[in-house]
Order: sequence, then structure tokens, then C-alpha cells
Amino acid sequence: MQTALIVEQLLNGLQFGVMLFLMAAGLTLIFGVMGLINLAHGSFYMVGAFACAAVAAATGSFWLGLAASLVAAAAAGALIEVTVIRRLYGRDHLDQVLATFALILILSESVRWLFGDFPLYLNIPPQLGGAVALPGGVQYPVYRLAIIAAGLLVGVALYALIARTRLGMRIRAGESDREMIGALGVDISTLYTIVFALGAALAGLAGAMVGALQSVQVGMGEPVLILAFVVIVIGGIGSIKGAFVGALLVGVTDTLGRILLPQLLAAAIGPAQAAGIGAALASMSIYIVMALILAFRPKGLYSAQG
Amino acid sequence: MRTILAAGALALALGASGIAFAEPVKVGMITTLSGGGAGLGVDARDGFMLAIKLSGSKDIEVVTEDDAMKPELAVQIADKMIQSDKVDVLTGIIWSNLAMAVVPNAVAQGKFYLSVNAGPSPLAGAKCDKNYFNVAYQNDNFHEAAGNYAQTEGIKKMFILAPNYPAGTDSLNGFKRYYKGELVGEVYTKLGQTDYAAEIAQIRASGADSVFFFLPGGMGIAFMKQYAQSGVGIPVMGPGFSFSQDVLAAIGDAALGAKNTASWSPDLDNPKNKEFVEAFKTEYNRLPSIYAAQAFDTGTLLAAAAAKADVKDADAFRAALAAAEFDSVRGKFKFNTNHHPIQDFYVREVVKNDEGVLTNKIVATSFTDHTDAYAAECKL
Repeated sequence: MQTALIVEQLLNGLQFGVMLFLMAAGLTLIFGVMGLINLAHGSFYMVGAFACAAVAAATGSFWLGLAASLVAAAAAGALIEVTVIRRLYGRDHLDQVLATFALILILSESVRWLFGDFPLYLNIPPQLGGAVALPGGVQYPVYRLAIIAAGLLVGVALYALIARTRLGMRIRAGESDREMIGALGVDISTLYTIVFALGAALAGLAGAMVGALQSVQVGMGEPVLILAFVVIVIGGIGSIKGAFVGALLVGVTDTLGRILLPQLLAAAIGPAQAAGIGAALASMSIYIVMALILAFRPKGLYSAQG
Repeated sequence: MRTILAAGALALALGASGIAFAEPVKVGMITTLSGGGAGLGVDARDGFMLAIKLSGSKDIEVVTEDDAMKPELAVQIADKMIQSDKVDVLTGIIWSNLAMAVVPNAVAQGKFYLSVNAGPSPLAGAKCDKNYFNVAYQNDNFHEAAGNYAQTEGIKKMFILAPNYPAGTDSLNGFKRYYKGELVGEVYTKLGQTDYAAEIAQIRASGADSVFFFLPGGMGIAFMKQYAQSGVGIPVMGPGFSFSQDVLAAIGDAALGAKNTASWSPDLDNPKNKEFVEAFKTEYNRLPSIYAAQAFDTGTLLAAAAAKADVKDADAFRAALAAAEFDSVRGKFKFNTNHHPIQDFYVREVVKNDEGVLTNKIVATSFTDHTDAYAAECKL
């Protein structure tokens, strides 16, 4: 039983990590290429989830909803980049934080105004319902396996995009030297809009996939955003590979910590106290990991800027 | 001079007829209208305003402000309402941590506070106040009723789960006060946690006969959806908050059959409740939640007290509130010595009504005339 529990938790950690990766990839791309701290990234996660829930409710198809979430989040991202974000590239980080924080408030209240005060219903598609028996006697929900697969697929696709295509080459060039690729005749503002919309679409995809497991409600993006920042700091700002490794590390640490720490403590100080202290320690675990990594690698595991 | 005299005479004549010239009651409603907790606050506000409307009283004036679920903001709003709006009564707060920040200060300045939801234990016990009336419940109550139900049903092994914050520990303590069987798991989760895969894996491995969880709002929605998909078939129960009308639609059919405990249910059989549920549906086009019902009772109580006594005469007004002479949607309603309700608690089951909407139905009574564990510590 104990091995089955550990295996199940490892899968849970993997699934959580993959979802964090979708958020962190966009965040780290935007920071790496444009040097912008985007607090409103969590709002695209929310936009994706609401678009998916609304379209799924109207058409009865989760898959149309999923497509809508990509379109809606990318469109919102592009629109916001052109109207607001573009003015912030030259400013310092404090101005960016203030402006994107304002965007969180504006987007949250707009979504609330559009969809009302109560959480929306969004369920997983029937094709992916139920649990499946894995080798070793583990029962695992099919939908979570699908999230893992989708996340890994996106990871591979992103790698191919950045390493193998012309757009990817420009993105890498933009990370290395912004002025120079402008001088070489690359339309830098279109590039920025594309990168921003791509990041937003990934966040929207994560929101839609996770929205089916959780509650689709206003403010759902902010807790994930905080973890995504932890991920990119651990992984090294600007590095997609770092975001991937960091996300898996955070996902597995958080999930395993939540069950192992209270159990270890229970052996030491008795179950009654262990429940409370263990829960408190578990919620600290990822920050402890972050602190340890930063102590030895101050720029994160794979810093893009060397 | 003659006109002044005439006016004076007229005023005297009208004054004799009483209520028409009574001072209007000014009410400050502080509640959560934005962000993730907005569903609860909106229901509370709508329930309260409906009660004032149905009471027909023209002398109650309500100012409403959004606390965004932030204690510091709630305190600022309360100060502003007391100092510049000159309110006589405050009400509306949903969350216990906000209530603890606002209530002691407000009652110390001689204002009345009527709670529509939050019922933290200090305010029921040692820190109770003559001007603080809780029309909803003491925080432990719903959980005590669930523990009592699990005990009388003879459930042998329970797995219990709540967020790691004061109301969460109160919840599990309330449950354990009445449940004496074996606890195969007692887990505290992070407040606002959205992924429960780790906890569900523990539940699967625990061999429990039933699961009790207190996860209000979005947390409960996430837990129930993931639980339904996990293939763990162990039945779940919880306090009414975990299966309240505001979250049922978002949980969907996964909630069907879940047992939960509350002091009120939309099908509770009394004339006032029928009137309330119908009026709420007509006015707002949705079913009321427990938060709306409690706020409706608060509004009705306030209107009844305002019709009997002038709010400027604090002693008379307080006596009118304490007498609780109003028709409650909960059927019978009385205040204990600590100004918290003495009421019945029911076991409800999530069902689909004739229109296919998920809602709750009473299946048993857990407590009759139940009070709270802290009343003895209150020196009123």
C-alpha cells in the first residue's frame, strides 16, 4: 500500500509540475525576451478557464472550450501588449509591477462583471473520466495523466519552436541582445506581441485544463502565479529548460512534502501536533528548496544570462 | 412666531402618534463583494436587502461597502461608517478573521453589531458583548452537528480534513467534540489550496468508512471534483458550507447524495421560509444559500426591533433585539445568554429538484435546541 501511495504522489507531483511549467514558461519567456515583470500573467490563466467554461457550457464540448481558451487568452494577451505593456518596456521594474498589478484588478473585476459572482461549472470531458489501474496496483485518474501528457507535449513543442525555427532564433536573439536584433531589421514590436500572446496562450491553456479539476472563479490565477515565480527563480530567469526542471522540482517537493512531513513528524511527536505543524512545514517546503538552491546557484539552475 | 408655534404644535401632535417620526435606523453593511469570496457576500447582501424590502419598513437606511475579504480594509470601512456615515448598526461580515478585527472596536463605541455569518469562539465566550448579536451560529455548531450525526450513524472510521487556519481547527475540534469513533486521518490543508491529489491519495490509503471535510467556497469545489474523478468511492459529508447553494452548481453531479449539516435548508417546512425562498427566487432568479437565509433573518430581526424601539435608546433597542420576536426562516429562533442562537441543526442531502437544479433536502435532525460550548464563559 505504501509504495502505491508514493507512486501516486509522484504522479501527482509530476502533474502539478507540468501545469506549473505551462505558467512559468510564458512568464520566463516574457521576462527573458522583454525584461518585463508581468504580474498579470495569472489573469490569463483565469481568462483561459472562464473562456473554456463559457464555451463548454454553450456548446457542450470541452474540446471547443479548450480551443477557445487558447484563442481568448492569446487575444487578451496581444490586446494588452499593444495597449498597455508596450509602454512599459523602457520603464523600471517598479513601474511594471504597479501597472501589471493594476491589470490584475481590472481583469478580475471585468471577468466578474461579465460572468457574475459565483464560480462556473466546468467538468472534464467524458472521454477522460474515471480512473485507470497502473502497474503496481495504483488507481490513477485518466484526466491527470492527460494533463501530464499535454504538458510534456507542449514542452517538446516549445523546445522545437525555440531551437529549430526562425521565430525561435529571433526569440533567442532577443534574449541576448535586444538593440542588436532591432538594428538588424527584425520587427521587434511584432516579435514582442507574438511572444506575449504565446505566453498568455500557454497560461490560458493551463487555466482551462486545471479549471476542469478545480473551481473556475475570479482570482484563481494569483496563487498559481506566486508558485510560477518561485519556479522561474529556481530554474533561472529566461530559461525554458530551467522553467521545466524548476516546475517539476516544485511540483514534486510540494506534493510529497504534504504527505511525508506530517507522517514523519507523527512518528516523532504524536499525530495531534504533527497534523498542524506538518501542514505548516509542508507549505514552507518549496520556499526552503528555493532558498537552498539560491544559496548555491544565486542565478538559478539554468540562467539564460550566463 | 405664529408659524413656529404652529409647527411645534403639529410636531407634538405627530409625536404622539409615535413611530412615524422615529429616528431612522442607519445600517452599515460591510461584506465581501469582489474577488473569490464574492458569492457569499453577494448572497448575504441580497438576503438582507430582501428582508428590509419585505418588512415594508421605510425607516431603515443601508449603506453597503465591499471589504474584499481583507481585515485591514474592513476596519477602515467600519471607522468611516461610524464616523462619517454615523451608522447605528453594523452587519454583513462573512469571515471570522474580519469579524475579529471589526466587532470589538465597533461595540466598544456603543454601536450594535448583528452577525449574518461569522461566529468566532471568543465573541461567544470571554469576549462577548451586550451590543453583539450573532443571528447565524457559533462557528463550531455545524461541525458539531456533523460529528453528532457520524456518531449516531455508528460510522466506525472517519477521515477528517480542514484548512489550516483558526476556523479550520475550530471545525475539526467541533466535529471531534461529538464524534467518538476512530480517526484514521486528520489533515490540515493550506488555506486556498486548489489541488487535493495528495490528500485524496491519503484518503484512498486510509481505509476510512466516511470522509468529513470543511472546505468553503472554491476549495470545496476543487476537492469534490477531484474526489469524484479519483475513483475513491468512500462517502463524504461536511458542514453546510461545503455543499451550500453557492457552490453546488460549480461542483455539479459529483455532489449528489452528500450529507451535510446546517441550521437551515431551502425545504425547511414553515410559512416564513416558503415566503423567503419564493421571494428570493423571484427577486434574484436563483435559489438562496445558507448565507442568504441567515442575512434574511438578520434583516427581519432588525426591522422588527426598529419597529418596537428607537435605536437612539440603546437599552430599549437592545432589549427588542434580545427578545427576538420575529418570524425566522429557521422556524423557531431564540437568543442564548451570550446573544448567540439556540436553534435546531439538520442533516441535509444534496438532491436534484424538479427543475433539475442541485439543492439540499432535510433528511434528519442532528440537534434540537442546540447552544454552543462557550456560553458559560460569557459574563452578560
